[in-house]
Amino acid sequence: MSSVANHELAKSAPILSRPAELREFPDWFRDQQRAAWQQFEASPKPTRKDQAWRFSNVALLDLAPFKFGGTLSEEERTAILERSRGLDEVAGRMIFAGDELIERDVISDQLKKRGVIFQSLERAMVEHTELFRKHFMSQPTILGSAKFAALHQALVSSGTFLYVPRGVEIEQPIEIFHWLNGENASVFPHLLLVTDELAKVTVIEHFRSVNEHAPGFACGVNDLVAGPGAKVTYVCAQNWAENVVALQMNTTTVDHDASAMSLNLHLGSRYSRFESLSRLIGEGGRSDLLAVAVAKHQQEFDARTLQDHISPHTASDLLYKNALDDRARTIFGGLIRVEPHAHFTDAYQKVRNLLLSDDAEANSMPGLEILADNVRCTHGATSGQIEEDQMFYLRSRGIPTKVAQRLLVTGFLDEVIQRLDHSAIAEHLHRLIQDKFAK
Amino acid sequence: MKTETSAVNIDRSKGDFFYPEAHVRDAGAGLSERTVRYISDVKEDPDWVREFRLRGLKTFLEKPLPTHWASKDLEAIDFDKIRYYLSPGTEAKRSWDEVPDDIKRTFERLGIPEQERKFLAGVEAQFDSEAVYSNIKKAVGEQGVIFVGSTEGLKNYPEIFRKWFGKVIPIADNKFSALNSAVFSGGSFIYVPPGVKVKHPLQAYFRINAENFGQFERTLIIADEGSEVTYMEGCTAPKFNTPTLHSAVVELVALKGAKIQYITVQNWASNVFNLVTKRGLAQENAEVKWIDCNIGSRLTMKYPSVIMKGRKARGEVLSIALANDGQHQDTGAKMIHAADETTSNIISKSISIGKGRATYRGLVHVPKHLKHCKNNTECDALLINATSRTDTYPAITVRGTGNAVQHEASVSQVSAEQIFYMQQRGLSEAQAMSLSVNGFVNDLVRQFPMEYSVELKRLIELEMEGSVG
Repeated sequence: MSSVANHELAKSAPILSRPAELREFPDWFRDQQRAAWQQFEASPKPTRKDQAWRFSNVALLDLAPFKFGGTLSEEERTAILERSRGLDEVAGRMIFAGDELIERDVISDQLKKRGVIFQSLERAMVEHTELFRKHFMSQPTILGSAKFAALHQALVSSGTFLYVPRGVEIEQPIEIFHWLNGENASVFPHLLLVTDELAKVTVIEHFRSVNEHAPGFACGVNDLVAGPGAKVTYVCAQNWAENVVALQMNTTTVDHDASAMSLNLHLGSRYSRFESLSRLIGEGGRSDLLAVAVAKHQQEFDARTLQDHISPHTASDLLYKNALDDRARTIFGGLIRVEPHAHFTDAYQKVRNLLLSDDAEANSMPGLEILADNVRCTHGATSGQIEEDQMFYLRSRGIPTKVAQRLLVTGFLDEVIQRLDHSAIAEHLHRLIQDKFAK
Repeated sequence: MKTETSAVNIDRSKGDFFYPEAHVRDAGAGLSERTVRYISDVKEDPDWVREFRLRGLKTFLEKPLPTHWASKDLEAIDFDKIRYYLSPGTEAKRSWDEVPDDIKRTFERLGIPEQERKFLAGVEAQFDSEAVYSNIKKAVGEQGVIFVGSTEGLKNYPEIFRKWFGKVIPIADNKFSALNSAVFSGGSFIYVPPGVKVKHPLQAYFRINAENFGQFERTLIIADEGSEVTYMEGCTAPKFNTPTLHSAVVELVALKGAKIQYITVQNWASNVFNLVTKRGLAQENAEVKWIDCNIGSRLTMKYPSVIMKGRKARGEVLSIALANDGQHQDTGAKMIHAADETTSNIISKSISIGKGRATYRGLVHVPKHLKHCKNNTECDALLINATSRTDTYPAITVRGTGNAVQHEASVSQVSAEQIFYMQQRGLSEAQAMSLSVNGFVNDLVRQFPMEYSVELKRLIELEMEGSVG
């Protein structure tokens, strides 16, 4: 690391000291941030006795070491931009380093003319205040991390605002990078995505660290809103450094006849908690929740989900797959909730764990709460290992054990990625998975 | 606290069991050290039991209610109003003829004909805190099988009793096991010597007959190497205006190669809080099987468990729960794999009627470095009305390779087409519904001993009456 960066780090304050006045925000937003900080301080720390934190290694959530990131040097900025390689073709791109927007590839004039808004959060709260206030963190965090959602709200300083108006379909994906830079640095990424009637969009977020050994902290919140008949695809490629503690709280609201699909790929971090709340509020809505995790070394991936069927005639389908090696741990705590009167719900939930070592540990808590009838709900959880027959078949064809294992794990995970039905993104995710195997 | 003299002049003939006033021993309402000492004095407990009870009381008072995950309805239990010990002050009867008519009548209402009862190898009937009838067939007794009440067990067979008592379920396991440890009374003690296979089931029958009463029986079953035993229990209570508490602890020990089958048909009145801790320990090659049917009670919280401690041990829970208006059946199973090649199976079926709520809560644990452990879990829920509710909350932990665990659950309802089909052929809607429900549980019920499957089907039919239309 350069000496300039070290100097900057010395200046940066611990995040627990006080929310720094990092940006010139409107007063109403400042007030919200102050209230959120108080809420953060007043809420108790999670313990394993909380059902929402059962099996979680809550001791890893010590936030004392983490600081606000310093400013970037010119050479760091160049290096980060150079390394921000994702998809080949995108409709728009934003790159954040230490919560600072360092590059924005604007969307085409054509999309702009049709009313698509793609800008930073801080600009949107001024220029599109009404839309922003209506949707920004408007859903309560109910999967356990309310304390950390409050922390996020108190300290968020930038992020992405994307609005797709009625009937507009954006063919190419929108791409967002978030970089953690520096020892014990922290980021608070935010994506506010609002689609109007019959709009269509795909967004992919890349979470990465500049230094692959630096400890750090990420605490993100995403508000994803699928308007009536809209089609929203969200992909998260989480690849923080292996010393990072990360929390991500995503809420998807699915209106009538809309469909939302999310896929979270978990590769990096020491501890990563990912909360996905999918609220089906209109008839004919559909939500697909997908996740793939490759956990190695001491990594712990803690996924909590809620498929909340509020309206009748809605469907949801969850498929989470974990491959675990070394001493890794995974936790899946998922719930399908069918609210009273949400009749004719069709909900699925499946988690599959593939254990590759004797020290790996997979915890599954697939849950159902059904308060209506005329529903079709099933869930399943399996934990097992690579089948000997399959291994034997590959070995007998001269494929070395290591390679055979990778092939079988790749095949196991591929079922999830194929569900995206997007070859460019699938190819990119597979490349990341192969890189992780090679580590 | 009531004194012994208040009821001392009653006629002790058998009919008096109908009335709560007939109790000669009454610990009064509320729980304190005095209550616990009173029970110890009445039961002439040895010192180690006295100590055990007081430790139980201390733990109970220290532990909070588990409302962070369990139903808030637990807060409706007023521990100060409950009477913790009531007994007629007589010894258990050894002859069936002496058993009060109301108990016999209850048996008949449950649909167990007299003939079937004759096939039982032994029966024990508990009325409030103490056994009123206890009998074991001579032939079975001659094989060395011990079947007595827990009080008699700890007094007459201390060398076996003490070795296992409180070992499978320690005092501090949970708040209600601690409560039971403090005030336990009644329940069965069974010991089956090595190699003895008890052909017919042993049965216990529990009845709460007094208002504001808490029943805390304690059962300990030890099946020595290579032995086999089946134990069946049934329970009922009349409906009083105030809630009643039943909090039992059941410990099973299956030594090398032994088999224990434990069958429960729980049909408490709908204002009984039924908070029971049941756990079995299975040594090498042993098998513990729980068959658990919950039909009655206001709130049942019961998760029969098996700790598979020896190689090739097996654990099984077959469970049926039926939740009607005002009922919450919070049931499930726990399977703790603690040795190689252990296998477990959980099959749970629940039916929610009216505003009833059925919950499955499960735990499967396969720790580190075990090989070839297998678990299969299936939970199916059937919803009858739009207001019915069902939940499933399993927790599965698997460490290491070489084990296979699978869990599956589904929720469905009786299909309108099926009902229409049957109605078209002349069945009433209620009959059609009842038939569908019986079909839903049938593959599970078929695995039960015949007497129990008959009884269960009758109970389900009774519960289904008036649930439609």
